[in-house]
Amino acid sequence: MNNKYSRSRLHGRIVAGIRAHGTGRLAAPGELRAGDVGVLSPEAPAESLAQLARRHGLRPSSYRPSMPAYIRELWRRWSFIVAFATARNVAMYTEAKLGQLWQFLTPLLNAGVYFLIFGVLLHINRGIPNYLAFLVTGVFVFNFSQRAFITTSSVVTDSLPLIRALQFPRAALPLAYVMIEFEQMLLSMVVLAAIVLATGEPLTLYWLLAIPALLLQTIFNVGVGLFVARLGAQVNDFSQLLPFLMRTWLYVSGVLYQISTLDLKDHPGVVTLLEINPAAIYITLVREALLTTQRESTPGSKPYNAANCSLWNKQGHLSAAQDVKYQAYSAYCHYVGYVNPDKFWYIAIGWAAFGLVVGFWFFWRAETRYGRG
Amino acid sequence: MAEPMVIVDDLHVVYRVYGAGGDRGTAATVLLRALGRKTRGSIREVHAIRGISFIAYRGDAVGVIGRNGSGKTTLLRAIAGLLPPEQGNVYTAGEAALLGVNAALLDDLTGERNVVLGCLARGMSRQETKQRYPDIVQFSGVEDFIDLPMKTYSSGMGSRLRFAIAAAKSQDVLLIDEALATGDAEFRVKSHNRIQELRAQAGTVFLVAHNLEEVELTCNRVIWMERGQMVMQGEDVISIIDKYIEASGGAPVLRDPVTRRRVKSQTAEAVKT
Repeated sequence: MNNKYSRSRLHGRIVAGIRAHGTGRLAAPGELRAGDVGVLSPEAPAESLAQLARRHGLRPSSYRPSMPAYIRELWRRWSFIVAFATARNVAMYTEAKLGQLWQFLTPLLNAGVYFLIFGVLLHINRGIPNYLAFLVTGVFVFNFSQRAFITTSSVVTDSLPLIRALQFPRAALPLAYVMIEFEQMLLSMVVLAAIVLATGEPLTLYWLLAIPALLLQTIFNVGVGLFVARLGAQVNDFSQLLPFLMRTWLYVSGVLYQISTLDLKDHPGVVTLLEINPAAIYITLVREALLTTQRESTPGSKPYNAANCSLWNKQGHLSAAQDVKYQAYSAYCHYVGYVNPDKFWYIAIGWAAFGLVVGFWFFWRAETRYGRG
Repeated sequence: MAEPMVIVDDLHVVYRVYGAGGDRGTAATVLLRALGRKTRGSIREVHAIRGISFIAYRGDAVGVIGRNGSGKTTLLRAIAGLLPPEQGNVYTAGEAALLGVNAALLDDLTGERNVVLGCLARGMSRQETKQRYPDIVQFSGVEDFIDLPMKTYSSGMGSRLRFAIAAAKSQDVLLIDEALATGDAEFRVKSHNRIQELRAQAGTVFLVAHNLEEVELTCNRVIWMERGQMVMQGEDVISIIDKYIEASGGAPVLRDPVTRRRVKSQTAEAVKT
């Protein structure tokens, strides 16, 4: 214990003689003698206060439980987490006339905007077969993480009165926010499935692979959500910065384009980094699950055929008038990325585990400080 | 010997206020700072609690009095574990709940959801919450408005509901920071009785109030704070309060020489009935 502030003796002898303003009289007549402990009891203990506290099993009020105890406490609050998420979800839309319908309308309008710009106005396809479905899948999957991080970054500030009033493991709050976004994501996926089917993709058994992919993404979101929740609580400027970070992340994660066809072959390190970044991994896994065109046009997915590959390069990819017919021929080219697609699942699991452990640990470290505000 | 519930051991609490002086936000100052013309905005330290020690025992109701800014709220927050001590320590037995002046837990949610969330957050099961729910609502007396968002409540209604939630379960340590000030006479009686009940159930209550009569009637001990330090404390609530009133320049309270009760007292009348 550092003796930063002057004090007469451990159980602070109270310094009498504070002047009351205005009156000039002594506010504290010398009732407190030297050695008076300020104990609210006639019999002052002979032991130190810390010893007394230990003897009676009292613990420091700003006490952080051990990690296992913390997780147990959190588990006990599971119904609180669910109730908090439901309540917040309801409150989010109470002001709007259309109410809960916005949960469906938001992704639908989102898809509508992209359809208008990329499907009707621009006719861009960047050599990707079924570009609209490719794009909308990427946007929806990325949106899940984006919304989760932006809302969790302000969860502590939003819930300050609750944090100050009651004692509970604070990690319950960011968890509930991710749960809200999880529900929102499930609804978006219904919309997405309809769009993907409408663009002519078949319904296959591969679709089931989207479930583990999205679950891994959810675990990752919980981890990063906890991480940004602490940052947002302690660094005031963070919530201003976060939207820009998220937009940058959107652009480097291959939401609008295929990373493996980027013209960055002189910088293999950069391509590798882009490919293994968690957003890109989860987006790619969901695309491969839902979009047959995507699965079958990934370079390397069919035996190499030089003639077909050059057709894709000339007609389907690089030429100004891209021919839809040759776009799936990219499958006959060598895989041009630097990370083997077979490893994507392992990387996805790795990111989820890494995010969860680091985020949870980081949030737990500051457990006693969230009430400061 | 009575069992200690709260031990405050030479507590110091320091607030750090960034950019004191109020010139932090303007673009010009940030620019000047970036150009190196001006040093970084100063961090001002406010030493809110300067070395306080005391012990509160099971069944105590401790009143905390003192002028605005003397550190009463800070002391309660530190006991609740919301502010880490700069030096010294606060030890508590069991869990502490703090009732502050802001009325709602979650402003944009209905009273009903606030009750449920409040109970669940304190670790009650769904079953238990369901059981206690009618009592809480009845105690709060806001039955007619329970399905409205709490931001539509008057401050009195809000504090009634909040108190009802916090006092629902026997609380080990209940910290009340002016949360009863906005309530009406009926609520004062109710909350007074509830505090006595909590004390009887071996809880410890801390009450910050500027209504000194309330402190007098409710508390068996009192702490008088001034500029983050303790001026006086003890079980002789009445004489400490009288000295506090005297130091604040107020007129002395008229008391019955034998019972030492106030001669004219509205609150006492209300509580008695």
